[in-house]
Amino acid sequence: MARPKAEQPEQSAPPMVHTGARVRRNEDPRLLRGRGRYVDDIPLEGCVHGAFLRSTVARGRIVALDTTEAEQLPGVLAVYTCENIGGLDREMPLLIPHPCISHGRTQRPLARDDVYYVGQAIAFVVAVDRYVAEDAVSRISVDIEPLPVEVDMERAVDDGAPLVHPDVPGNIAAALVQNCGDADAAFARAEHRTKIRVQVDRSTGAPMECLATAARWDPVSGELVVWDGTQAPIGLRGALASLFELDEDKVRVIAPDVGGGFGPKIHFPYANEVLVPLAAMELGRPVKYIEDRSENFVHMSHERTQIHEIELAATKDGEVIGLRDVFLHDTGAFIPYGIAVAQVASTAIAGPYRIPNIEVEFRCVYTPTVPVTPYRGCGRPQANFALERAMDQLAEELGLDRFEIRRRNLIADDEFPYKREGLIFADGLPVTYDSGQYGAALALLEEELDLPAFRAEQEQARAEGRWLGLGLSFYVEGTGLGPYEGGRVRIHPITGKVYVNTGLTTQGQGHATSMAQLVADQLGVAVDDVIVVEGDTGVFDWGVATFASRAMVVSGSAIHKAAVKARERVLEIAANMLEVDQADIVLENGAATVRGTGTSVPLAAIATVSNPLRYAFNDAAQIATQFAPANKGDGPPLPEESRPGIQTEEYYSPPHATWAYGVHAAIVEVDPVSYDLQVKRYVIVHDCGKMINPMIVEGQIAGGVASGMGGAFYEKLEYEANGNLRNASFMEFLMPYATEVPHMEMHHLETPTPLNPIGAKGAGEAGTIPVAAVIASGIQDALAPEGIGPLWHVPLNPSVLHDAVREARSR
Amino acid sequence: MKPSRFEYVLPRSIEEAVAARVEHADTVVLSGGQSLVPTLNFRLSNPEAVIDLRLVPGLDDVRVEGEWIHVGGRTRQRDLELDDAVHAANPLIRETLHHVAHPVIRNRGTVGGSIAHADPSAELPCLLLCLDGEVVAHGPSGARTIDAQDLFEFILSTTLEPDEILTEVRFPVLPERTGWCFTEFARRHGDFALAGVAATLTLADDGTIAWGQLAACGVTTTPVRLVAVEDALLDDAADPSRFREIAALAADVVTVPDDESCSSAYRRDLLVGLVERALRTSWQRATERATARTSREVTS
Repeated sequence: MARPKAEQPEQSAPPMVHTGARVRRNEDPRLLRGRGRYVDDIPLEGCVHGAFLRSTVARGRIVALDTTEAEQLPGVLAVYTCENIGGLDREMPLLIPHPCISHGRTQRPLARDDVYYVGQAIAFVVAVDRYVAEDAVSRISVDIEPLPVEVDMERAVDDGAPLVHPDVPGNIAAALVQNCGDADAAFARAEHRTKIRVQVDRSTGAPMECLATAARWDPVSGELVVWDGTQAPIGLRGALASLFELDEDKVRVIAPDVGGGFGPKIHFPYANEVLVPLAAMELGRPVKYIEDRSENFVHMSHERTQIHEIELAATKDGEVIGLRDVFLHDTGAFIPYGIAVAQVASTAIAGPYRIPNIEVEFRCVYTPTVPVTPYRGCGRPQANFALERAMDQLAEELGLDRFEIRRRNLIADDEFPYKREGLIFADGLPVTYDSGQYGAALALLEEELDLPAFRAEQEQARAEGRWLGLGLSFYVEGTGLGPYEGGRVRIHPITGKVYVNTGLTTQGQGHATSMAQLVADQLGVAVDDVIVVEGDTGVFDWGVATFASRAMVVSGSAIHKAAVKARERVLEIAANMLEVDQADIVLENGAATVRGTGTSVPLAAIATVSNPLRYAFNDAAQIATQFAPANKGDGPPLPEESRPGIQTEEYYSPPHATWAYGVHAAIVEVDPVSYDLQVKRYVIVHDCGKMINPMIVEGQIAGGVASGMGGAFYEKLEYEANGNLRNASFMEFLMPYATEVPHMEMHHLETPTPLNPIGAKGAGEAGTIPVAAVIASGIQDALAPEGIGPLWHVPLNPSVLHDAVREARSR
Repeated sequence: MKPSRFEYVLPRSIEEAVAARVEHADTVVLSGGQSLVPTLNFRLSNPEAVIDLRLVPGLDDVRVEGEWIHVGGRTRQRDLELDDAVHAANPLIRETLHHVAHPVIRNRGTVGGSIAHADPSAELPCLLLCLDGEVVAHGPSGARTIDAQDLFEFILSTTLEPDEILTEVRFPVLPERTGWCFTEFARRHGDFALAGVAATLTLADDGTIAWGQLAACGVTTTPVRLVAVEDALLDDAADPSRFREIAALAADVVTVPDDESCSSAYRRDLLVGLVERALRTSWQRATERATARTSREVTS
């Protein structure tokens, strides 16, 4: 060191030029020009292709399975069943155990003896191409004896109902009761009680890219490389190393560009994720499996079905003093991801309201359907729908305005941090809301809506016989779960460009830009000179995954910390090179400049100086040779306890989740002939703490609202009584198009979280959470003059509204 | 989602195409492929041969001649939609095509393909039936003409013989003093409709209703003429004040049973509402056209 660090005057924090700006996305030129590289785009010489035989019976016993004819088809390389996959023929791990899971069941990669849902994999064929593979699948002879099924979750828990797993009584996988405060006492002293039953139906994440796996085995190096459309490459790497008994470093999992995740791709391993590597190792040829859409509907995890009975205890003034919620959660045929969805729903149940006394109880129920794991929102849309419909109902019963009853119950700004002792969130810690301005958010929404004008418009519409209404919903979202993520920042001596690595993956969230913005500000470089590389265990393999609206909170904080450290190192070397105090140095335009002078050295030269080995490849190296070495004095060129180059690695571990929130409202009109929904205005007030890139945040919100619209009015997976999924296609499963998604007016508050150095909270799932409650509340208001019954079951649809109006008119 | 093995036949004439139809036991005709190709990919259909019409000459001619609009069977839906001469001769055609899926699908989908496919929810079969159009089919013994009302048999089923190919679709020119409307409701923009209505309404010289032609899609196993509505429109007393009660006569054609997301009661009421809208729009347009016609006659 030139001088002891203590003698350096403090360098103040750099100006935030890029952080918080609407920076255009680094990844877009590539993605928009069709130059994304997804699993199916990975060129693998001599690659062969896989296809599955899937069960067409929900619950049954395989009495005969004959693959002879398939094996004899020219072009077929292998046909796998549970009989010839060796050690893979075992129940896959239950990823997140919990003491309340009394009967945890997970599936095998290929069915043995029994099938448990339509779509379950029974055999896996590998052939020269997918055409032949599908031909071979159709030549496998399978005889399944059907067993009785009950797909209705409420009936599935009744005595005598058919059991999904014969040794699981009542089809109950897990049950949990949680208490905060004293609900019994609150209900005993309540002046008013409101109890409603709500239901949210099943949906799917439906990413544009279905599941996809490719694998190559190198018998010489003993390395297995797997390309996989996953949200969790590090987790999958661990699973494969464990299953195949390989060292972790001999398994490399790469999530290249991934065409959307939305949650289901956080679950692993799917059957393809273990069978494709197995086939690649056994056949000595690269193998690919690209799931098609009709398979995706019956293979990739689903989510959403919950039935809540929620009861509020209130004073006559509308202060909610207690809440009881008992709900059933449909976990499908297996529970591979534990109770995550139900747990998140149960801990979000009191939303933004003070409600000090809570009792919440759930049971996770097996049904003979596709297994359930988190999908964007992860239980929160259901909890929000239950709570907010109950708040509307309470307001109506007490004769209070829907805004007013919320205003009276919102947690005040000075009550943060607000803890719900006894409610244990998915991070294993009590729910603790860290910061927020709930009252200000509601006030801003009211102002933007111009309520007096709306009331006048509604009165006019009603006079004309038109159905115009307003709905709203307030939500909170615990985001940024730990345990940790890491970030590495490196400045390259040749180009001066900055490379950033983390253990996450991206499926379109813009990490290559938002993470780069954080680093660009610390190092004074352009955002597009910061290259973020993630999703590759060969590059960075400490970390968790992309889920739970956590990427910016956890990885962003780690990367920020690493960038701060890199900045310190740059300043230290630059001060030595320029022979000035660090305080006199400004990092900007990719160079260190002495404040107030034209004297500067480029970052590449600083990075070159940081390495004692220096070939004069280029101008930066030429410049670097003019300066003294980074470290002067006696001793080796690289002193003890130092390292070559500018490379820093830091980790961030959140003390607990950070709670984002928002409130949405919609003005809706229902058509008197088609009963279709027209959303005339959709207004959002949103607070995810410090926004690193508001444009990306808004994109996340818009995407969330689009999927929320699906859950409110369009998307419903319809299981027939025999367990067949009736609408397993995009013709019949109605994902809203752009034409069905309303224009959104977005307003932001920025209440930083004190929990991390960048002040950010998660934003990925937020938009989805309140939409169903907003739309149901709005339609209820619109159709109020008809006196229809309550809308407590989503998704709604025109036929349901029509029948509700007809029923009301016939009463 | 890969089709099973089939022979791909690329005939250069309609005779070759028909010969291929005769030669193979089980064939399908590829003309646009917007419904057929998914059907093949799902292996819902596993034909021995696929006969691609794309190189058969003359199948995309569009002509307006006298009282008929002749549309080659392979004419892209989008080309027909954008044809100004056709629009001038019968504006119901463009209005109907605007409801067929999305532009990218109409760019590939053909008029004859949609009609031969005979999806009961599809708009073009409904249009043909409403207008009393006809189609020309080529078979081993030459060409024959089939009236629209004799064409549609059942879901995805027509009276075309297995060795025939639909080569031409003929729509009548819209008569004078006639208004038109196509209206439908689909859950999402561009989807197959839960119910759709094609209508024309022709006025007598005195401005009263002479007759109407209406057909509906999405409500039963084929496109269906709304005969009860048409009969009521022939009544001397039929006028716009009675459109609501006349429209209500359409409800009984609905045979699609309840399903989880669309009750039969809803579909009946929806159809009635659409018929009323179609009658009002048609009547308004007929009145405008009759008035414009009269004023032109006065001017000349």
